[in-house]
Amino acid sequence: MELDTQELEELSKTLYVRALKLLPRDIKAGFADLQARETDATGRTVLATMVENIAVAERTNNLLCQDTGIPIYNVTIGRNVTFDGVAMKDAIRRGCERATTEHPLRSSVVHPLTRRNEQTSCGVRIPIINVDFDDRDETVEVEMIPKGSGSENGSFLQMLIPADGVAAIKRFVVDRVIELGGRVCPPTIVGVGIGGTSDLCMHLAKIAATRPLGTTCVDAEGAKIEAALSEAVNELGIGPQGLGGRATAFRVHVEVAATHITMNPVAVNIQCHSARRASAVITPGGIAFV
Amino acid sequence: MAEHVLDMPITEAQVRALKVGDHVTLERTLFGIRDATLIAMFDRDRTTRFDLAGHALLHTAPNVRKVAASAEAPSGYAPLCIGTTTSQRMERFTRPLLERHGARIIIGKGGMGPGSLQAFRDFGGAYLAVVGGAAALETTWIEAIEDVDLDDLHPESLWRFRIRHFGPLMVAMDSHGGSLYARIQENAAARRAAVLAKLDAGD
Repeated sequence: MELDTQELEELSKTLYVRALKLLPRDIKAGFADLQARETDATGRTVLATMVENIAVAERTNNLLCQDTGIPIYNVTIGRNVTFDGVAMKDAIRRGCERATTEHPLRSSVVHPLTRRNEQTSCGVRIPIINVDFDDRDETVEVEMIPKGSGSENGSFLQMLIPADGVAAIKRFVVDRVIELGGRVCPPTIVGVGIGGTSDLCMHLAKIAATRPLGTTCVDAEGAKIEAALSEAVNELGIGPQGLGGRATAFRVHVEVAATHITMNPVAVNIQCHSARRASAVITPGGIAFV
Repeated sequence: MAEHVLDMPITEAQVRALKVGDHVTLERTLFGIRDATLIAMFDRDRTTRFDLAGHALLHTAPNVRKVAASAEAPSGYAPLCIGTTTSQRMERFTRPLLERHGARIIIGKGGMGPGSLQAFRDFGGAYLAVVGGAAALETTWIEAIEDVDLDDLHPESLWRFRIRHFGPLMVAMDSHGGSLYARIQENAAARRAAVLAKLDAGD
């Protein structure tokens, strides 16, 4: 299969708008789960407002949240696919820009020093385009994540050392959740990266924060910490929007990578309750939204 | 817990009547403001032709569509999606907004710090919590974008919205030193040791 860049451009545009309007099924199910377990009156009211908002967005064909985020595209290329990598990245960038100008969307992207907004959602090295490969035959999967800034500003890296142990990793996560309170738009998905280098650790935290609810860390030790921390953060009383309640997080997600004998890094990246993402799969048969 | 309907702008006495936990619905006028707007006003001495005295300021930058100016869209912008951003970044601007411009209400999400709480006490002000990320719903409370200033900062311009039944919003910080966020933080700090012990991760 040859990757059609015109088709990819259209898809990149469509996925941005789709991600901003339709919350994934797993997140909706996550809300139902939190509502069933919330005991705090304010927490229940706030969760009900969030669920109402999802319905209003669908009914009025509107964006769930005004924050159009930093656009991230994750492209996974299978076997027996031919593609021009430079053209592929250009197509994604054009699709992102066209979604912004044609819908139109608020451009939330500025130069980091001049703060100039090009009104295109694009800028130096933005959109972020991550390319990876898997063994599906003649398949290209494109995932679009408009990463909101309220939660992205809740990002931390700590280069712990081996003597600090696993206890320090857990403490770091709990303390960051307390410190962030309502600023990151809880209930959140708390993404935790453990191991790797500093940059990989942070990237793992992002993968964890944007992983669908209902999935578990494939590493057995990571899965154990994930389960324990998921219980722990919901015992802090921070609650939806930090106004009190049980539902501080849908879940804590952990991703791990091997690290150096002298290192014990941990990173936190948060996904807000408007945990938006949209995916599609391109095959010789056409495009299917996931 | 009282319910208030406030026809904006309001007086100092009206804002001092608000207590943490009360519910408030706003009518008529609301201003939109955020990072770049406030940096321009207070760090770069930009002035605005709007009179903010007695008004409510929402931490926002909207999604809009450019249209021909009309009675429905006097500013030449139609609202598409208007929501609320995290307030904490704008912490150092609360005091000058109240002191120099006479603003009475800040609306945002996630709460603000001790500096804002002191400013609310000193000048008469309150912070109302809107549910962040519920922008599709919030947009239905906004009738029109009446006017816009400092639009070279677009979308972080200074916006004047015409609103109808904007709320209900919860009073989360008041002019009497009450802060729901401070209370929740103290509560979380008190629970921390037990939570860490259960994780086998105590200090």
